[in-house]
Amino acid sequence: MKPPRFDYVRPETVDEALEVLATEAGNARVLAGGQSLVPMLGMRLARPSLLIDINRIASLKDIRQDKNAILIPAAARQAALLAFPGLREACPLLARAMPWIGHAQTRSRGTVCGSIAHADPSAELVLCLVALGGSVNLRSRRRRRSVAAREFFVGLMTTSREEDELVESVTFPVARGGAGYAFAEFARRHGDFAIVSVAAVARPDAIEVTVGGVDDVPAHRSWARLRGDDLDDALNTLAWELDARDDIHADARLRRDLVRSIGRRTVEEAAACIA
Amino acid sequence: MYRVKASEKIGIGFTLNGRSVEGRAEPRMLLTDFLRHECGMTGTHVGCEHGVCGACTVRIDGEMARGCLTFAVQIDGCSVETVEGLSKTPGELTVLQDAFRRHHALQCGFCTPGILMSLDTLLRNEPDADEERIRDVLGGHLCRCTGYQPIVAATLEAAELLRSRNGHV
Repeated sequence: MKPPRFDYVRPETVDEALEVLATEAGNARVLAGGQSLVPMLGMRLARPSLLIDINRIASLKDIRQDKNAILIPAAARQAALLAFPGLREACPLLARAMPWIGHAQTRSRGTVCGSIAHADPSAELVLCLVALGGSVNLRSRRRRRSVAAREFFVGLMTTSREEDELVESVTFPVARGGAGYAFAEFARRHGDFAIVSVAAVARPDAIEVTVGGVDDVPAHRSWARLRGDDLDDALNTLAWELDARDDIHADARLRRDLVRSIGRRTVEEAAACIA
Repeated sequence: MYRVKASEKIGIGFTLNGRSVEGRAEPRMLLTDFLRHECGMTGTHVGCEHGVCGACTVRIDGEMARGCLTFAVQIDGCSVETVEGLSKTPGELTVLQDAFRRHHALQCGFCTPGILMSLDTLLRNEPDADEERIRDVLGGHLCRCTGYQPIVAATLEAAELLRSRNGHV
């Protein structure tokens, strides 16, 4: 479980980081919190020849909020977002989902943007960004661009980020009145990878359901406000549309069962707390 | 820009349990290996070495963190605390360690250093931590001997003792 050899560079500004990414793209990986990347190095699932440690870039640390969005830069820790003043009002879904991310011991170093860039389909932050229609702000020496979450995640741990681009920040929209938010997850142990996770956003005339942990990317659906059997039918259709697979943690059938059961509970909980 | 070649050993200076320490490491050296093999501080244990078991938990700049998911080169200039630094007096146990002994909160002891670092941090930051909070933080650790129950009992008792003494020892 020892990482392979790599060169290490520690830029102090974003421009320096982009310079390195531009000249060494393809062989380099960005090291933020390291909570996913370091195990991948140890298991030799990743073999970059260079790590770009962005932890000391001061301008990438502070989380900001305006009336429309929370902007979380690349070196901001998950623990910092969880402790961000007013998170419960600004982004109730994040406040509910974040305690499920790993453990206190990993949230203290793990970053929000790192989880998004890693794009694990069972990651809570990936699910939330898709559920809320957030965006990923990418920057390279060539350009800046913002990609909607639903277009950013293109496959299993695969994103539309290009090799010379840095995930400079992610943007979560601030909750507006008239919506209720709920989150639920099933895992073998609290803090383990989700076997199935569900985020629901309910409005008086519509519901949105996002399911993580089953398909290669979180699946997002919008429905008219459904109740009772109609809701069960819609969730059942969704469960069968996902490419549920058997693995050591759960078989496909359990995953479909969980989409139906957790899905219904989450939608009802979201509907009950429309503010 | 600070840059180190893969095979180059670079000097790393940091504070370990309140004392200035220097050592040398290649970029790929994990903090756990650096503490154990370069600094000779073997109190920090290495279990799964991919962030799951929690045996290697240390404090970096006051925050609990997995030693096995941090590179030594990253802690240059930082403050690191390990289980060796918990008790300020040789031969004496902290309130939490003493409660662990009374409650048989360890058997083989492999997971204990990491668990102590997490729970010590919790009781420092949240002296009023209740059983739910203790279990939440303990959830980041695996123990195959105790069944966790005595660890929770020991921590609850230590928390109460510390509150009655109005200080963290």
